[in-house]
Amino acid sequence: MADPAPPPDLGSRRSRILAGAGGRWTAAIGPSLIALASTAVVVGLLVWLIPKSKGYEEVKTNFFDRAQFDDSLPAIAEAFKTNIKMFLVIEAIVLVAALVIAVMRSLPGPVFFPLRVMAIIYADLFRGIPTILLVLLLGFGVPALQIEGLPTSELFWGGASLVLVYTAYVSEVYRAGIDSVHPSQDAAARSLGLGRMQSMRHVVLPQAVRRVIPPLLNDFIGLQKDTALVFQLGVVEALNQASIDVAATFNYTPYVVTAVFFLAITIPMTRFTDWLMTRDRRRRMAGGLVA
Amino acid sequence: MTMPVADTGTRLGIEGVHKAFGRKPVLRGIDLTVEPHEVVCLIGASGSGKSTLLRCVNLLEPIDAGRITLGDLDITARRVKANHVRKRIGIVFQAYNLFPHMSVLRNITLGPVKSLGRSRAEARDEAMDLLDRFGLADRARDYPDRLSGGQQQRVAILRALAMRPEILLLDEITSALDPELVADVLTMIRDLAATGMTMVIATHEMGFARDIASRVCFLDAGRILEEGLPEQIFTAPTQERTQQFLQRVVEAGRMGGGRSGA
Ligand SMILES: Nc1ncnc2c1ncn2[C@@H]1O[C@H](COP(=O)(O)OP(=O)(O)O)[C@@H](O)[C@H]1O
Ligand SMILES: [Mg+2]
Repeated sequence: MADPAPPPDLGSRRSRILAGAGGRWTAAIGPSLIALASTAVVVGLLVWLIPKSKGYEEVKTNFFDRAQFDDSLPAIAEAFKTNIKMFLVIEAIVLVAALVIAVMRSLPGPVFFPLRVMAIIYADLFRGIPTILLVLLLGFGVPALQIEGLPTSELFWGGASLVLVYTAYVSEVYRAGIDSVHPSQDAAARSLGLGRMQSMRHVVLPQAVRRVIPPLLNDFIGLQKDTALVFQLGVVEALNQASIDVAATFNYTPYVVTAVFFLAITIPMTRFTDWLMTRDRRRRMAGGLVA
Repeated sequence: MTMPVADTGTRLGIEGVHKAFGRKPVLRGIDLTVEPHEVVCLIGASGSGKSTLLRCVNLLEPIDAGRITLGDLDITARRVKANHVRKRIGIVFQAYNLFPHMSVLRNITLGPVKSLGRSRAEARDEAMDLLDRFGLADRARDYPDRLSGGQQQRVAILRALAMRPEILLLDEITSALDPELVADVLTMIRDLAATGMTMVIATHEMGFARDIASRVCFLDAGRILEEGLPEQIFTAPTQERTQQFLQRVVEAGRMGGGRSGA
């Protein structure tokens, strides 16, 4: 915990060495030129090779039909709103529920043993089932039971399945974060007379959550994509809308449209997560041991 | 220098305390009474049980046998709430353990606000007073990683003081510091001693211990092997193990003058 010495600036030393060998210009621009050239070669090869393949024309009309693209776009866009709504609601529930499970699991002592066991069983169970299976089981199974007072909407049970699965995953993420906070932080809080939950809330969790934001976002990228799974239940969301269009026209372009919609939200999030991780790593290296 | 110290002192009693980690006995029958306004220094080799003893007093570790009293209260009794006891006993750790996600000011006010139920404004004013007195007022808004080790440790001491503890436990608070940063921290402790703060200090700074202690206890393998006035312990130890320990300290060059504390 002593004051960290700033790490040697390897990057600039390396460029200095390069500059010494091949001049300043090579050091600064050389690598990006090489990257650019190699990208051009690869893309060029693909553009040149793919049209030469036997099924190219067929695939082009079946998957990349411009008219079909334009036709199916509005309905799929409308249906995609369902995916976004699902995602937002499920994410909010998961964030809270997973925290509760993770905290339950971190409670010490024999008194909380049953809670810990329940939390462990829960996490093991719902991380172990293929998500699609749970969606089918709950989505078709529960409404079929016809229990008074339980919702019968497929959308509800499909969403509930995703909540169950992702709560299990995200609780593990939180738990890793909680475990990564050194016990001396809790000891310091407790020594000030804070209770177990106060220490958790004001000292441990804020540090834990900050550390797990990137893996948390990663799980949410998975969740965004998995909202498409409820299409199996007949819920009208983007993938289902696309399937309807495909069935009507025997052209697969609507699937491509749907893929574009998903990419439009997942790629920015993926880039953002990556950026956060890189920034964190750089901070850790610059800031040394910020426990 | 005036400090927020409880007027009425509290006696700390440690009676026949045993503690083991698993099968390994770490404290093997500790008896020690600390009178109000006394400064007791614990010395002894690494692993002799100094930290464990302090952690037991603050109820961060449960004891296996014996009892610890604060005034008339047996704090190791089952029905006593650990949180209540910890509000009355401050502890400062070797590694500072400041909360890295809070500003210096919030580090200091967290305890008074959340555990003593003081108002935010009142806690903030008191914290600023404390920071001011120790020349740290301009760091109030900073986060701990912006501070030097010595400043961090002084903030950690203020964090404990803000609780207005009846007794302060200090666990090798200068061991993680670069030598040139030690003096500031020790000066602060001297100021505290001068105001009558009751303290139990585990330390490797022998010059400092000799200077400040009302009494010195030499711990060896979980027992207090020898205790007495600093002059007696440092110049005429009766136990052979104490002599050996001090001999090694001298050879390591850690006997040093009281002021530098090195
Ligand atoms: N949490 C723990 N679990 C197991 N062993 C411990 C723990 N804390 C301390 N010990 C052991 O107890 C002994 C005394 O440690 P400690 O009280 O830290 O000594 P000191 O502070 O005098 O160096 C050491 O042998 C140490 O390894
Ligand atoms: Mg120690």
